Amino acid sequence: MATKKLQVALYWGAACGGCDVAVLDTNEFILTVAEVADIRLWPIAADGKYKDIEALADGELDLSLYNGAVRNSENEHIAKLLRKKSKLLVAFGSCAHMGGIPGLANLVSKEDIFATAYMANASIEPGNKVVPRPTTQINGHTLEIPTFYRRVYRLSDVVDVDYFVPGCPPEPSQIKNVLLAVVKGELPPKKSVVGASERTLCDDCTRKKTEKKVKRFYRPWEIIQDSERCLLEQGIVCMGPATRSGCGVRCPNSNQGCRGCYGPGPGVVDHGAKFLSALSSIIDSKDPKEIDAILGTLPDFVSIAYRFGLPASILQRRHGA
Amino acid sequence: MSYEPKLVGFLCNWCSYTGADLAGTSRIQYPPNIRIIRVMCSARIDPSFVLQSLGKGADGVLICGCHPGDCHYSEGNYKAMRRYPLLKRLLDAYGIEPERVRLAWVSASVGQRFADVVADMTERLRALGPCRVKTALQTDQIER
Amino acid sequence: MSRTIKIDPITRLEGHGKIDIHLDDRGAVEDCFFQIPELRGFERFVVGRPIEELPRIVTRICGVCPASHHMASAKAVDGCFGGEVPPVAHKLREMYYQAHFIHSHIAHFYALAAPDFVCGPDADPAVRNILGVVAKVGLGIGGQVIKARALAQDMQRIIGGRSTHPVWCLPGGVSKGLSKAELAEIKPMVAELSKFTDFSLKLFKDVVLGNPAYVELILKGPYTLDVHNMGLVDTNNAPNFYDGQVRVVDFQGKEVCKYEAADYQKYVAEHVESWTYLKFPYLKQRGWKGFREGVDTSIYCATPLARLNVADRMATPRAQAAFEEMFRTLGGHPCKALLANHWARLVEMVQNAETLERFCADPEITSDKYRVVPERITGEGIGIVEAMRGTLTHHYSCDDKGICTSANLIVGTTNNNAPIQMVTKKVAQSLIKPGKEPDQGILNMVEMAFRAFDPCYSCATHSLPGQMPMEIQIWQGGEVRRRFAR
Repeated sequence: MATKKLQVALYWGAACGGCDVAVLDTNEFILTVAEVADIRLWPIAADGKYKDIEALADGELDLSLYNGAVRNSENEHIAKLLRKKSKLLVAFGSCAHMGGIPGLANLVSKEDIFATAYMANASIEPGNKVVPRPTTQINGHTLEIPTFYRRVYRLSDVVDVDYFVPGCPPEPSQIKNVLLAVVKGELPPKKSVVGASERTLCDDCTRKKTEKKVKRFYRPWEIIQDSERCLLEQGIVCMGPATRSGCGVRCPNSNQGCRGCYGPGPGVVDHGAKFLSALSSIIDSKDPKEIDAILGTLPDFVSIAYRFGLPASILQRRHGA
Repeated sequence: MSYEPKLVGFLCNWCSYTGADLAGTSRIQYPPNIRIIRVMCSARIDPSFVLQSLGKGADGVLICGCHPGDCHYSEGNYKAMRRYPLLKRLLDAYGIEPERVRLAWVSASVGQRFADVVADMTERLRALGPCRVKTALQTDQIER
Repeated sequence: MSRTIKIDPITRLEGHGKIDIHLDDRGAVEDCFFQIPELRGFERFVVGRPIEELPRIVTRICGVCPASHHMASAKAVDGCFGGEVPPVAHKLREMYYQAHFIHSHIAHFYALAAPDFVCGPDADPAVRNILGVVAKVGLGIGGQVIKARALAQDMQRIIGGRSTHPVWCLPGGVSKGLSKAELAEIKPMVAELSKFTDFSLKLFKDVVLGNPAYVELILKGPYTLDVHNMGLVDTNNAPNFYDGQVRVVDFQGKEVCKYEAADYQKYVAEHVESWTYLKFPYLKQRGWKGFREGVDTSIYCATPLARLNVADRMATPRAQAAFEEMFRTLGGHPCKALLANHWARLVEMVQNAETLERFCADPEITSDKYRVVPERITGEGIGIVEAMRGTLTHHYSCDDKGICTSANLIVGTTNNNAPIQMVTKKVAQSLIKPGKEPDQGILNMVEMAFRAFDPCYSCATHSLPGQMPMEIQIWQGGEVRRRFAR
C-alpha cells in the first residue's frame, strides 16, 4: 500500500543558513528523507515559492521547520502563513528558539542601527541622504521591502510553536533523531524541547572537574589553559553548567568556553539568570569589595549570558536610552 | 493618578522577616509600598525572581538577609552577596537603573533598621520614576 | 497594461531576495529590480562586546561561509593585539580555510547550481534541486558528492574543532593545534578530495561543455557584464584566499589598483537605494556612475571568476593547468561570461586541494606553537580574506580594555550587489518578450543570473558599517538652529 509522502517545508527568518547546512550535514540521510517526504519549500535548495505555499490547504503541510529569528514583517508574515498551513511547526535552531545571535540587536535600537548604517559610515557615498524604506515609487510601480521591526522576536512570540530544536546549529545527529521521531510518530508532548538532552553540558564534558573556586576570571586569550581541566575551574567563563547538553560539547572540545547555544535546561525560566547564579557561586570571596574586583575581570556579562537568548529572557531587550 | 512605587521585598525568614515583624509590633511606621515575600534565606533568591518582579510591574526589588556571619544556614547570605553585584551589572546592561534593586542586611532585633531601609528605598524609587518594563513588553506584543 | 512579475522568494542561494520585473503596456521589460529584504545589524550590536568574542559572533552572519567571517574577524582582532600570531597559527588557519572553501563550493555547485544544468533550466521546479540531480546522475555519483562535502566538513572539525560556526581563532593564534594522529586522519581525506576535484571538473566538461546549448548560453547569452574584477592575490599575482593584497583589474585585463588591507577605505565606497536594504559598493575613485557597464563603469565583481580574472596564474600546478584550459576554452583572459563562475569555482577547488596537500606535507603543521598570550592591545585591525563569494573585509577598533568600539564590514556578496542588479535586468530584458507570457522556466533562467554569483545575502546584510562621525542638525522654521557632531 502506497503511503502518502510527508509534506515538509524548511524556512528561514532572520537567519544565517547554518541550520540549513546542518540539515545537509546529515549527509546521505537526506536521501532517506527524500524517500518519505516531499519538500514543498526550502529556499536554499529547492524552488518552491511563496505562492506555492499560499495555494496549499490549511494543515496540508505535515511539518514545517522554521529557523531564524523574527526581525521584520516578512519573517512574521511567513511564520503565520506556515503556521496556518502546517500540522506541526517546529522552532528550529537557536534563533527561532530563543532569538539567537541576531537577538543581541535587542541591546541597541532600530534608529541606532539605521543611523549608523546608512548615514554615518565613512564608506557611504558622500552626500547620501537615502535610507531604505518599506515602499518606493518608481515610474508608477511600487517597490516594497519588509518593515524592519524595532526589536527581535522569537518564533513563539508571533505564532504557536509545537516543538523546539535547540542549537546553533542543531547537531546533525540530533536532527536525524528528530526527523526520525516525526516520521515514526514518536514525539513527546507538545511544547517540548527535542533533539537535546535533559541534562547540562557538564554531564557530558570529559574535562576533569574538582572544585570550582576562583579569585579572578580570565578572558580566553589571557592564559594558555589546561585542555584537560574544567574551564571554569581555571577562571575561563563557560556556560556549561547552565546549558542543555546535546551538542556534543563541541566548544569546550575546541578549547573554548560554552556560550549557551542549546539554551537552558528543563524548567529554567531565564537562561542568563541561571548562569548568573552558577557563575557567582564559584567566586572565592566573602568580601563585597573583593567580589566586585573579581567581577571586574569579566567584562560585558550580558553578551555572554544571553549570547543566544536575549529575546527569550525575562526582560527581552534593553529598556533605557 | 500619581505614581506610587511598587516595591517587592524578599525577606529571609530568620533575620529580616523577624526584623520586619518587630517594626510592626513596635508600631514603627514604614511606607506601605512594599509587598513582602518571605523566604527561608536570602540565598533562595534566584536572580530570575528579581527580573520577574520587574517584568511583572514592580518598580524596585529589595532583598533582605541576615548580616554576614549571622546566616541561619551559615553561608546563605554570602551566596546572595556574590550574586548581587553581577545582577546589578546585568540590570545596567538592560538599561534599568541598578538602584532599583538593593540587598540589605537586616537583623531580627532592629525593627527601626527595617523601617529605614524600606523608607529609603521607597523614596529612591519615587525619584527614579516608574519602571516601564512591563508596559514596554506589553507594547512589544502589539506594536512592532 | 503595465504590470509586475514577482519572483518571491528567489531560491537556490543563501539568504533572502526577490525580483520585481516591470512590464510596460506591450509586455516588454521596462525595468527590473533585485531587492534584498533582510538586515540584522551585526556591526552595530558587536560594539561593546569583548573584541575576542567577535570571531565567535560574526560567524553567525553566515552559516554557509562562517569560517570566512571567522578568519577575516580573526585577522582584524590580530591587528587589535599588535599582530602577535605565531606562523603555525596562520598555516593552520589557511589549511582549515581550504577545506571550508571546498565544502562551500561543492554545496554551491552541486546543490544550488547543478540543478539548472543537470535537470535543465526549465525542468519541473519540484525536481529541479539536489534530489533531482541525484536522480539524474545516479546514487553512485550522488553518494560521492555527499561524501566529498562531508569529508570537507569533517576535516574542518578535526583541524579546528567545529565546521559550522568555528570558535577556534582567538587573540594570539588558535585554540587547538593539529596532532600527528589528526594529521594521519586527514591525509587520506585530502587524497580523496583531490580526486573529487578532478572528477567535478570532468563532470562539468561532460554535462555543461558537452552540451552545445549550454556553451552557447555561457559564451553568447545575456549573462555578461563589462565591469571590473576584484580579488586577493599573493606576490605572484596568484589567488590566495586567506591573505594578500587586493587587486582590481578592468574588463580588458588592465590593473586598476592594488592595495593593502589597511587602505581599503581609499578604494571602495557604498551607494544606497531606498528599495533594498543592501548597499552597492563601487570604486570610490571613479565615483558612483549608476548601474552602468562599459569603460565608464565604477562597478566591480568579486567572485570566483573575478578572482581568476584578476590573477595572472594559479598558485598550484594542477590548478594552473585547469586555469589555462578554462580561459583557452572561453576565448581569452579576462572573461566576462558570468556563467563561467561555475567553472571558476571548480578550478579554485583544485587549488584548495593542492594547498591542503602542501600543508599535509609541512612538518611544522603539527607544531604545538599555535598560540601565544598577547602582550599588548593596540586598538585597531583590518582583516581581508576571500570569502567563497567575494572579497570580505572586517575592520575593528577597540579600547584599551579590548572592548569593541567600532566594526565596519564589507562583505563578499555585497560587492556584487550592483552587478547582480544589472545582469538580472539584462537577462530579463533578453528573455522576456512582448506577446509571450514567461513561464517558470524563463523566470528560472532570470534567476540563473544571480546564481552564478553564489550569493550569500545573510552575509551581505549583516548590517551596516559602523560608528563613524555623526552630525545632528536641529531644524526650526526651515533653518538649522543647532548642530552637534561627534
